[in-house]
Amino acid sequence: MDNNSTPVRHIEDSKLKYTLREMSRNKGAYVMLAPFFILFAFMTALPVLMSLPLGFTNFNMVSFPQFIGFNNFYTMFMEDEVFLISIQNTLVFAIITGPVSYVLAFMLAWFIHQLPGHALKTIFTFIFYAPTLAGNVYATWQLIFSGDAHGLANAYLVDMGIITRSREWLTDGNLIMGVVIVVQLWISLGAGFLAIRAGFQGIDGARYEAGAIEGIKNRAQELLYITIPAMGPQLLFAAVMQIVASFAAGDVSRLLTSFPTTDYRAHSVMNHAFDYGSLRFEMGYAAGICFILFLSMLLANWGIKKILGKYLDE
Amino acid sequence: MKLVIKKRKKYSGSLGGDIAIFIMLFLLGAFMLFPIYLSIIQSIKPPEEFFLFPPRLYVISPTSQNFVGLLEATSSMWIPFTRYLFNSILVTVAVTGFQIILASMAAYVLAKVKTPGVKFFNKTIEIALLFTSNVTHIMLYMVMAYLGMIDTYFAIILPFVATPLSIFFMRQFMGQLPDSIIEAAQMDGAGHFRTCWQVVMPNVKPAWITLIIFAFTAAWQINGWSFIFNEALKPLPTVLLQLQGSGIQRAGVGAAATVFLMSPPMILFVFCQGNVLETMAHSGLKE
Repeated sequence: MDNNSTPVRHIEDSKLKYTLREMSRNKGAYVMLAPFFILFAFMTALPVLMSLPLGFTNFNMVSFPQFIGFNNFYTMFMEDEVFLISIQNTLVFAIITGPVSYVLAFMLAWFIHQLPGHALKTIFTFIFYAPTLAGNVYATWQLIFSGDAHGLANAYLVDMGIITRSREWLTDGNLIMGVVIVVQLWISLGAGFLAIRAGFQGIDGARYEAGAIEGIKNRAQELLYITIPAMGPQLLFAAVMQIVASFAAGDVSRLLTSFPTTDYRAHSVMNHAFDYGSLRFEMGYAAGICFILFLSMLLANWGIKKILGKYLDE
Repeated sequence: MKLVIKKRKKYSGSLGGDIAIFIMLFLLGAFMLFPIYLSIIQSIKPPEEFFLFPPRLYVISPTSQNFVGLLEATSSMWIPFTRYLFNSILVTVAVTGFQIILASMAAYVLAKVKTPGVKFFNKTIEIALLFTSNVTHIMLYMVMAYLGMIDTYFAIILPFVATPLSIFFMRQFMGQLPDSIIEAAQMDGAGHFRTCWQVVMPNVKPAWITLIIFAFTAAWQINGWSFIFNEALKPLPTVLLQLQGSGIQRAGVGAAATVFLMSPPMILFVFCQGNVLETMAHSGLKE
């Protein structure tokens, strides 16, 4: 560079000018951003920003929040045994359901992509996404895992001689976690799965033909060298979805079993926040719990981005 | 040394692999469909069959009386069934429509326009995606009360339009398009608005059709219990979910409500998915 002598001041000035010039050149772009981000600011960002400081207060929804520093967090980690149980449960739960559902979403989408014919692809995509479309079918799961002999799991497992007497699937502390994990995996093929399917649909067939010419011999190579590198954005999207689904899980155990679960055996962090926020109206404490959850999800997201890094161009 | 003769395989894979894949999909698919099949069976079961032992996985004499019961239970209410249905359709169409339009436009800018502020918005969206809390609900109530939206349709439409998921999803797909097609459009004199709608959107059809499915499914399940107190403005799930929770006497009616609620998203899904596959097979636009 031969402009080394240019004063710093001048560079800053031109940078600001450059920014303003770029902004006015792209006026149209800001007009396109505006409707979304105005709604986003009021309906999503503002409530989130308002709830962040609540973690440092004592707030019962009647009187004004009272600042108490780190007290909530001290109580959580030093005195609240149930919170520590819920962290343990959430970790076990996330470590099992997160990776399993992520790999399942990818593998199934890939398998479906290999099927011949549009109709067959549509049918199988439908089947695996159906639980998300169906929404609230917990009543049916309760019928399956009902604790008496009329429960389907009990009736058929006893009949086949796998178990000798009826099990209390939804109230036996040793069984709850397993049942909740099964149901969670059942509904876990949601947005991430469909995003990966759509990603496959968007990959140009010419890439595969080129790959075949370059010596791709089998499905595994094709997957590794052509498909996955072309799917970075979808893989990241699916990963984020599965992180949120497994860390913030709680609906399944709350709606399927009694609340709270026996001995807190399937009590997740989100369940704990529900307990304090929606039942006891200790909003400050609930906000603190959610804040800890948020931090751990940021950490997991950072880890995923490191792993997927080479497929992403940002 | 043994001479290795490599078998020439077509790149699309072997027959054995096809069969293995099909069997696996079939078994897992059966597991996925089972509870849904069961819900449908329950909804056409006459009451006396609920108590048979051992429990049956099929219906001996199917009946429509649960659906009739559902209509009776809802039509004897203060507000007619059709009003709830109208509310649900209005909310679902509004949320889906606005979400696709607003998220697509904004995602185009975030993915393809290099202008000050884009980085900041991108980061904001990613962080917002990960934020989950049951306390924001209360804060949202305060914001909406301040804006005077409680007990209006706005309260169950606006919060669900600008979701981080929708824009993040569209951005991921639009980012994959080569910059060259955008530069070409702008060379021809198209502004950002026209580039987005006439060049980018047709090329990410699988993405926005998938987003329609996401948006519709989520919007159809909005129940608005804490933002709507006027019975005449409540959407359908609010009422039907109450029927689901009313015990064994109404197990059949509850199942009918479940089946009734799950049908529209499923019909839409099949329609949309068929459409995506058709179009992508024939478009040669992607680089």
